[in-house]
Amino acid sequence: MSGGETATMAPGLDGGAAKPSLMQRLRTGDAIARAVVQSAAGAVVLITLLVVFELYTGSSLSRARFGWRFIVTQTWDPVAGEFGALPFIYGTVVTSIVAIAIAIPQGIGSAVFLAELAPRRLSDFLTFLIELLAAVPSVLYGLLGIFVLVPFLQAHVVPLLQHVLGFLPIFKGRFYGVSYFSAGIVLSIMIVPFIVSVSREVLLAVPTEQREAALAVGASRWQTTYKVVWPNAARGILGSVFLALARALGETMAVTMVIGNTPRVNTSLLAPGYSIAAVIANEFTEATGDLYVSALIELGLVLFAVTFIVNGLARLLIVATTIQAGAVA
Amino acid sequence: MISFEARKKAGNLMMFTLTGFCAVTTIGVLLLILGYLVWHGAAALSWSFFTRLPAPVGEPGGGMANAIVGTGKILLLASCIGMPIGFLGGVYVAELAGKGSASVIRYVADLLNGVPSIVIGIVVYTLVVRRMHHFSALAGGIALGIMMIPIAVRSTEEFLRAVPTSLREGGLALGRPRWRVIASVVIPAALGGIMSGIMLNIARVAGETAPLLFTSLNNQFWSPGWNQPSAALPVMIFTYAISPYEDWHQQAWAAGFVLLMMVLVVNIGARLVLTRGRFVPRG
Repeated sequence: MSGGETATMAPGLDGGAAKPSLMQRLRTGDAIARAVVQSAAGAVVLITLLVVFELYTGSSLSRARFGWRFIVTQTWDPVAGEFGALPFIYGTVVTSIVAIAIAIPQGIGSAVFLAELAPRRLSDFLTFLIELLAAVPSVLYGLLGIFVLVPFLQAHVVPLLQHVLGFLPIFKGRFYGVSYFSAGIVLSIMIVPFIVSVSREVLLAVPTEQREAALAVGASRWQTTYKVVWPNAARGILGSVFLALARALGETMAVTMVIGNTPRVNTSLLAPGYSIAAVIANEFTEATGDLYVSALIELGLVLFAVTFIVNGLARLLIVATTIQAGAVA
Repeated sequence: MISFEARKKAGNLMMFTLTGFCAVTTIGVLLLILGYLVWHGAAALSWSFFTRLPAPVGEPGGGMANAIVGTGKILLLASCIGMPIGFLGGVYVAELAGKGSASVIRYVADLLNGVPSIVIGIVVYTLVVRRMHHFSALAGGIALGIMMIPIAVRSTEEFLRAVPTSLREGGLALGRPRWRVIASVVIPAALGGIMSGIMLNIARVAGETAPLLFTSLNNQFWSPGWNQPSAALPVMIFTYAISPYEDWHQQAWAAGFVLLMMVLVVNIGARLVLTRGRFVPRG
């Protein structure tokens, strides 16, 4: 994430006056060493290209058959050979929005506290704990989701929610436990650590002098944070949100276990649904017929494209902030 | 009329409390999650979990010995594929590449890192499983190996860059070829960090489930060699958790406990080794 500023350092070794000839470099072994590490780096590029290529060619049957209709139609009927991805795209988007809506205040609030207000040693320790949360495998979040979160939502949260906000269409209908809502909550718990960890880094990258200047003219800690640190860090923090969003979009296991796996578009968050990653996970091994497999691969291509765009935006925003902070310093 | 000064203080206190509340609930959820997994998992754990094969539905007892061995095998293979490529790629980016090619590799590694794990599963299915006509531990290892590469590149690069340039200059001034300087001065200086990065990387893919679903599939029995479908702990947890049997749910908790302990021990250990402790691979 912060590789940009150091890129000029290592190649400085190249700047000798007379370059050694190829024979000399072969004798010393430098040319061989370079070839070895270069081919490893080439392999990284090759594998990535292969990922894109396989997704593209693997989905050709489905793309030729359905065209753009694939992403706007709702029928998913493997028996009749009709494949429309809308219920899955809808589910992926809705669960991610629920997750982000919960995780943004929670994550940014925690990050501001840890970076600006808490004593440094406490902050380091708590960040260490929060980053452990990010290391917990997603299938374990799914496990807790099925056996702990879903019953808890069913018994306590949703009745209250429907009592207070039941008039809203998004909270209408019967709640069976597995739903967009449950998947969104599990996702939010999973992505908060990313927002906290990246946002805290971004906040800490704002030069201390700026804080000192604000404090010296009599601003409180919060005023300093809000008026001085925040404007510098805002873009990077938005980047951390996009990073988290990309993870939520691509998350498979935890969502598969609590979303309900029903290929339908439903306005109520409390209804069971489906997501792109979940349908791939559930149906790929059972898919019979080339068109069916091809349609699932096209879903993979859609997922890849979406996360690619969101990740790209995240990186742009984070890099922009880091450069900006560096320039000010 | 409340004074400006008092409003300032009140605002400060309020935001301190509000953001502090966010941090406390985040940590609270973490402790709840870990506590529940440990409490519930440890209760379901027994010695036979480590030594026996899964029992058929309805029969009590049984274990996941095959899944533990399977996870070990798949991780071993993944490390053999992902580590050399990632490590050498990282060396190239940090030590030998020009500015342009370094940023290309870095960009590509980030791109690969952002690919959802289920998509990696699809790609390895079309590349390996379809060609071999069957699911195998080999395909699972390849899938996880690919997932290891980007983090290995970035963490190796990060730790090599932290080595002071003066060390490289010192080595070169002695007239040693560049690769000798890198291999016997720069890399050893960064070794602690690189090793910790490798451990964290293995711990990260150890919990991956999605890429294994249609590469190594699953297996209720032992899977000798590399060419047969193989059980793995995360896939077992998934299969058992969504099953309707209470016995299997208990086994899933036990497996979850074992997996969590593996991941946490490695994470805590590796982070303590990292003296700087700042760089944490995302993912």
